[in-house]
Amino acid sequence: MKGFEFFEPTTLAEASQLFAQEHAQLLAGGTDLVIGMKALTETPQSVISLQKIPGLDGITTEGDSISIGAMTKVREVELSSDIQNHHTALAEGASEIGSVQIRNLATIGGNIAHASPAADTVAGLLVADAQVDIASADGERSVAIDELFTGPGQTVLAPGEIITRFRLPSPASGSHYIKHKIREVMDLAFIGVAAAVNLDNGTITDARIGLAAVAPTPIRATEAENLLRGNELTAELLQQAGEAAAAVASPISDLRCSAEHRKEMVDVLTRRTLQEAVARA
Amino acid sequence: MAKHPVSLKVNGDEYDLLIEPRKTLLAVLRDTIGLTGTKEGCSTGDCGACTVIVDGKAVTSCMVLGVTVSEKEITTIEGLASDGELHPLQQAFIDTGGYQCGFCTPGFIMASKALLDENPERSEEEFRYELGGNICRCTGYTKILEAVLKAAEEVRTSA
Repeated sequence: MKGFEFFEPTTLAEASQLFAQEHAQLLAGGTDLVIGMKALTETPQSVISLQKIPGLDGITTEGDSISIGAMTKVREVELSSDIQNHHTALAEGASEIGSVQIRNLATIGGNIAHASPAADTVAGLLVADAQVDIASADGERSVAIDELFTGPGQTVLAPGEIITRFRLPSPASGSHYIKHKIREVMDLAFIGVAAAVNLDNGTITDARIGLAAVAPTPIRATEAENLLRGNELTAELLQQAGEAAAAVASPISDLRCSAEHRKEMVDVLTRRTLQEAVARA
Repeated sequence: MAKHPVSLKVNGDEYDLLIEPRKTLLAVLRDTIGLTGTKEGCSTGDCGACTVIVDGKAVTSCMVLGVTVSEKEITTIEGLASDGELHPLQQAFIDTGGYQCGFCTPGFIMASKALLDENPERSEEEFRYELGGNICRCTGYTKILEAVLKAAEEVRTSA
């Protein structure tokens, strides 16, 4: 690991000013950054820890909406009964990351800011319709999670901007996340699919489908969602939704599996997550 | 690069140190303080050999910068036995033969300890899943799991 200057600011404004400099990196849980610095794929001249800034940590519930601070550990998201009950897909996604030891370090803000298309919490946040609060020395703004990513490792965040919080509006009545993987733990998602639905007497009043690791960014399968809204989940509709989700996937082939396999599996996994989300609703 | 003063609380002892920010907690424990019970395996967070407990949570110390754990309570394998008595986990690993070369053992014991402290009422399946971040290349895990379940039983009945 190369040497760097280490900063522990106590305010967001100070952190933002430091982070706006060249060759600066934010340190949240460190599970990506520290490994990257060891591999010399990351060689920051300054590392800015967010640990001492108050108010970035923890899960708070207000009425129907839940707010998750960016520095909240992934393990806390996984074990939170509010998240488990109301945003099950997100809790399930959190439980799929690395190992317990890694989830005790890794933060949800880091998992998202790293902008891996395969991040395990991202599909759950997509189907929760999460808003991402962002702060900088110039002020605050908020973007929808599906507008945050611009490419692998790339986001709309400007230099100096820091994710502070994820705000989840009123929850769907049932949701589910499936990670397609080889190993039970310590694996990256070949594909991640989340679905969230609201039902009224068996009719789907709202549906959201989030796809990870099948496009340059995490994406919503809006065509499939539109097919579902206003209808009951018949075998035929399920098939159409699966096909519509697969149609928006533009996966790559890599050493873990081929693009063709990924596309086919988006269809299969979309059907499975939808069935489970509906069963839970 | 400037060194930073840190105050590490390891196994109840305080160490006031001046360390480089790039030093991992693992390196500080092993090289600076001299506690070599914590092992360096993969150094990328994949194997769990370097597991220690920080403020009650098991973490892979190879991914933690030493400068970020000042004032936090750190427990390593050296801190488990008290008054010459082994921790139930240590005794159970001996009794069941839950180790062969022993390199992964401190990591397994620290990961298991955090789980037991949190809640010893875990099913075998839960222990299997939650110890998934620890790798052993000798035993095939059967005896390790036996040891953890034995210790969990002991902790439950003595509680």
